Amino acid sequence: MSDRLDVRKTYKLLIGGAFPRSESGRSYEVTSADGAFLANAAQGSRKDVRDAVVAARGAQSAWWAQSAYNRGQVIYRLAEMAESRRDELREHVALAEGVKAKDAKATVARSIDRIVWYAGWTDKIAQILGSSNPVAGPYFNFSVPVPSGVVGVIADQDSSLEAFVDSVLAPIAVGNSVVVLASERRPTPSILVSEMTATADFPRGVVNVLTGFTGELAPTLAGHEDVDGLDLAGVDDAFGDDLAALAAGSIKRVLRPDHARETSLLRLRAFVETSTVWHTIGQ
Amino acid sequence: MGQVSTSPLRLVTSEDRGVQLPKTKSPLVIESEAQLRAFLSGLSGVDAVGAEARAAKLATRSLKKSTKLAALDLAISMVDLTTLEGADTPGRVRSLCAKAARPDARDLDVPHAAAVCVYPDLVGVAREALGASPVKVAAVATAFPSGRASMNVKLLDVREAIEAGADEIDMVIDRGAFLSGRVGQVFDEIVAVKEVCGLVHLKVILETGELVTYDNARKASWLAMLGGADFIKTSTGKVATSATLPHALVMVEAVRDFAETTGRLVGVKVAGGIRTSKDALRYLVVVNETVGSAWLTPDLFRFGASSLLNDLLMQRLKQSRGTYVRADEFSAD
Repeated sequence: MSDRLDVRKTYKLLIGGAFPRSESGRSYEVTSADGAFLANAAQGSRKDVRDAVVAARGAQSAWWAQSAYNRGQVIYRLAEMAESRRDELREHVALAEGVKAKDAKATVARSIDRIVWYAGWTDKIAQILGSSNPVAGPYFNFSVPVPSGVVGVIADQDSSLEAFVDSVLAPIAVGNSVVVLASERRPTPSILVSEMTATADFPRGVVNVLTGFTGELAPTLAGHEDVDGLDLAGVDDAFGDDLAALAAGSIKRVLRPDHARETSLLRLRAFVETSTVWHTIGQ
Repeated sequence: MGQVSTSPLRLVTSEDRGVQLPKTKSPLVIESEAQLRAFLSGLSGVDAVGAEARAAKLATRSLKKSTKLAALDLAISMVDLTTLEGADTPGRVRSLCAKAARPDARDLDVPHAAAVCVYPDLVGVAREALGASPVKVAAVATAFPSGRASMNVKLLDVREAIEAGADEIDMVIDRGAFLSGRVGQVFDEIVAVKEVCGLVHLKVILETGELVTYDNARKASWLAMLGGADFIKTSTGKVATSATLPHALVMVEAVRDFAETTGRLVGVKVAGGIRTSKDALRYLVVVNETVGSAWLTPDLFRFGASSLLNDLLMQRLKQSRGTYVRADEFSAD
């Protein structure tokens, strides 16, 4: 018998670079895939969603104002952080998803590689999605991709790490800030990633991660008029229809779950706008 | 708070609170500096820990649904929409006036703000822009924000603002004189300015952030009220520490005790650093719980603010739409 007391971990939200408990004071039990108690996670409230959107809105312009190269460096640093904690990630993925250690290890490796992949995209996306357009006159005409702004992500409910990385990193890589509702039943790997973002030089508020009941929080996020895009990876079709209708009220870009597993370039493209500028040729 | 608009006016008396106020000999008549000094030093000290705890307790009070909506409307009607920048232009003041008169052009049910608050040289512009609107024009005068000028300059400042059409004057006290114990000088200044003001409403800015202690805030409150202030105001908004809930509590208590001793009702204006509806509603709760709903009117309570108005409008719209609203739904000024 160990003579040391357990140091139990309190899982918290990530809002504006801080790790608060839910404003509501609520928490809920998270179990592993086999039903055993795993942790108490904060049960976020609608006000937490509101606070997270305020933080995301405040951070987005500073994030986009950084050079594309610099954004890539910051995302790469997230991969460095994840790499040094990959055993912990593996353990949590195995518990949450009920998979063998070997498979969990492969999932973590793929996820970290994906983060590096997104880090590489930050200063290349403009070349792929942008263009120099031919016009009839002495002008340059450029189309460049610019971020939508604040993107709400309802993360995949089953794939606790890999799909989470895709849903979160894609909008960030192109200059958005995100408010993420983590998987309701399997939130712990995403909470670990949220902790890593705090040491990866992201401006406070670029990444905000909430845990709680998707059914309760998703409508608030979808209806929030200061959210510009919505990734519905973690909801079924019927609920997705309701949320898309709410999102339409403030003309958000919506990424439906049937696209969730498609090629990642589609994800990079999902939350960008095209800005076209004219410029005179010569002096 | 639930029946902000309909409940009969109610004043919390010392009897309600079960305390006995010291009886003073008609404190309205101050005949000498020695008498004033004696009166001010006779005021009991503020229990700082108690005041902060009380303010923190009241700050946890939550208003919901129709009560919240009524409180938001009330707060909007109490806003002194303020611009006090070196970069103020006549155009900016005009757009501020339009906003004060009709805060949300899409919704005619939104009440107008109480006043616009500008520097004296822009009073004329504001007066003209507001026309027949019930929105008042307030001017900061007496060498705002430091109060460091000769008496003549201060009085001229006030006179010119009034001639240009100001309905209300926000004066600053000489904190240096107050802190070095020259309370007679501060008193005389307030009396002199009130004399120039006549029927024009006088708000006296205590700048609690520079008075350091709650005791000083209480003394300065009494000093200003004895000098003839129609309102006492927390701050200029130009120093590091602006309005805080405990300071407002201390001042509202002073106003309550003054009303009970003399029968004259003095208003309170909180200014500086109040940006969110949540903050504003907390002040309303403190007022209601300290002095009663009689003070929940723009005649006796004001918010000096600029960005607060937009947040109040956003929260109001959120209540009716059911979804959170974008900040850029409303104009910046």
